[in-house]
Amino acid sequence: MDENIQITVIKKGVEKDFEVPNNVGLNLMEFLKAAEHPEIEGMCGGMALCATCHIKVLDGSSLLDELNDDEAATLETLPQVFENSRLSCQIKLNEKIKTLKIEIV
Amino acid sequence: MITTDISIIGAGPAGLFAVFEAGLLKLHTHLIDYLPQPGGQLSEVYPKKPIYDIPGYPTVIAQELVDKLLKQNEPFKPGYTLGERIEALEKRGEQDFVLTTDKGTQINSKAVIIAGGLGCFEPRKPEVPELNRFEGGNGINYMVLDPEKFRNKKLVLAGGGDSALDWTIHLSQIAAEVTLVHRSESFRGAPDSVNKVFELSKQGKVNLLLNSNLTKVNGDSILKEVVVQNKADEDSRAIATDELILLFGLSPKLGPIESWGLNLDKNAIEVNMEDYSTNISGVYAIGDINIYKNKLKLILCGFHEAAIVSHSIYKYINPGVKYTLKYTTVNGVKAF
Repeated sequence: MDENIQITVIKKGVEKDFEVPNNVGLNLMEFLKAAEHPEIEGMCGGMALCATCHIKVLDGSSLLDELNDDEAATLETLPQVFENSRLSCQIKLNEKIKTLKIEIV
Repeated sequence: MITTDISIIGAGPAGLFAVFEAGLLKLHTHLIDYLPQPGGQLSEVYPKKPIYDIPGYPTVIAQELVDKLLKQNEPFKPGYTLGERIEALEKRGEQDFVLTTDKGTQINSKAVIIAGGLGCFEPRKPEVPELNRFEGGNGINYMVLDPEKFRNKKLVLAGGGDSALDWTIHLSQIAAEVTLVHRSESFRGAPDSVNKVFELSKQGKVNLLLNSNLTKVNGDSILKEVVVQNKADEDSRAIATDELILLFGLSPKLGPIESWGLNLDKNAIEVNMEDYSTNISGVYAIGDINIYKNKLKLILCGFHEAAIVSHSIYKYINPGVKYTLKYTTVNGVKAF
């Protein structure tokens, strides 16, 4: 069913709420870029290779697709990761997700 | 000093195709790239990935496309300066530019094409205080250019990707002592490399510190030891070492281009979409690094821009000369 996803983005301690239709057909990296978050560069275009869209998922992770091999391998190469680290380009915004709270690393 | 008609900064697909298009107009080119091989992102980031939107190729592997571009350029014998980064762009006058690399190489050209893609790939650095104290030959390295530098030395490597694994295996054969520090308990690299590293650890040839983070680097003018903390018991230990090699991959940065006086929009160079000129006459930008209305960051758009920019530069170098477009089907490709 077409509904909105509530996305809370925390950047440098400041929270901002967004609503996005669950059939928007974007991944989270594309959404964050469109929402004018220049820190999210997404330079490789969504191939889980450059890690310039690294985020922490604070809430809602159980509804997301699991880490795929490419994403896990790229996270493995980074100097610093967190238990809830993800590459936002590998998170598809879809009807499984109702709310999502993330922090830009 | 190297002299040419056009300096091309960036040897990715757009820069490579500009060599061909300029060659058709009898303009000589010299390519400069910070990466050690031509191909840009295609060779460095995704060499084995298929690309589906190159006209005429239902699918082509990224490295294969690069190889074909190199082959296509052979008649025009472009010059190459690889593994060096352009630090400075100096305009001495119209049709007179000097580029200087980080290693002091200078290239004099009549025009400059910036085809820098995402910018320079620079090493990712961990958040360890005072790393910069030991950079530049005093014990801290972010890549292995010449393995012989590490012969008979005590080494600490840090990282968990394929390059950390591969260099651990290689350097364990020539170094006096090798320690590999990795954040987690396991590796996701190529299974052969992972098995080999665990085997070397069993044989006592590699000191493997898993689930551990590098927290400190110590020394006076040169690096003497690194401090590594185990994440489980928070136990810290100091390891005496001659060299620390940090292998956390590469991340693209715009780099020195930012300071050349070009009009920028975020991380892209603003161009006039009629001729892909920048605000500095004689300097042009094509491919992923430029921005204009309705820009699409696609390889095929970079190819189109390479053709247009070559004609723009022909006009810049030969003002008032009328050029009639010649087709390769009629004229073929006349090698230099």
